[in-house]
Amino acid sequence: MQPVATTFFFYFLAAITVIGGVLVITRRNPVHSALALILALLGQAGLYLMLYAPFVAGVQIILYAGGIMVLFLFVIMLVSIERAQKEEQFNKLWIVGIASALALGSLFVGVYVKGKSLFRVAELPVSEQSNTQQIADLLYKNYLFAFEIASLLLLVAIIGAVVMAKKRI
Amino acid sequence: MAPITTLHYLVVAAALFVLGVIGVLTRRNVVIVLMSIELILNAVNLNLVAFSRIWGLQGQIFAIFVITDAAAEAAVGLGILIAFFRNKETVNVDEVDLLKW
Repeated sequence: MQPVATTFFFYFLAAITVIGGVLVITRRNPVHSALALILALLGQAGLYLMLYAPFVAGVQIILYAGGIMVLFLFVIMLVSIERAQKEEQFNKLWIVGIASALALGSLFVGVYVKGKSLFRVAELPVSEQSNTQQIADLLYKNYLFAFEIASLLLLVAIIGAVVMAKKRI
Repeated sequence: MAPITTLHYLVVAAALFVLGVIGVLTRRNVVIVLMSIELILNAVNLNLVAFSRIWGLQGQIFAIFVITDAAAEAAVGLGILIAFFRNKETVNVDEVDLLKW
């Protein structure tokens, strides 16, 4: 099926994502930052859908917007934020930080302007219906070892988080 | 209007990455620094998925691994934050100076 109004949806979702990102780093209240981050993540899931990656979009919503953000909100409630909100929000070297980040951004711009021709427009034919199946094929055949190592990583992270957060082991 | 190419997605990802770097370098609140790290990881994911449109599905596989990594990083980072808050009663990164001498 030929997609409709692709250009409009791209700019709409990109605007949601970038505005969400700006709100994340400017809000005083961390809860507002977390909600803005959820907005940015949902916009990005829409961008994944536009790139014909429905499985990654689903994982993004379930794991990021559903899982990790709930973790963040829980921790924000555990640490008291009233005192931190009254204090200065940006550190003393903020101008150096912004300058170096902008230098990095201009590097990106330079690379993309100079190397425009490297990103060829020809795109692979997509089979939307079998995207999940193809990912499963790759994940359980070609990348099986990496997949198992990832499970080990998650186990270590669980144990590490419990050890860190517990008062007395 | 001009069709949307891979480069458009890369520019959005670069903007997200720079926003994340600004957040990490300028904010004092540890929770927001961790959220900025999530922004950076998401920018990388957007790049990977955008390139998977040209070079095949491996990019999406890698994006899934990056999401796994982000989950592990958030769990451990927030655990450290709770342990630190219990000891020092603060969430500001510039007051984390126990290892300085």
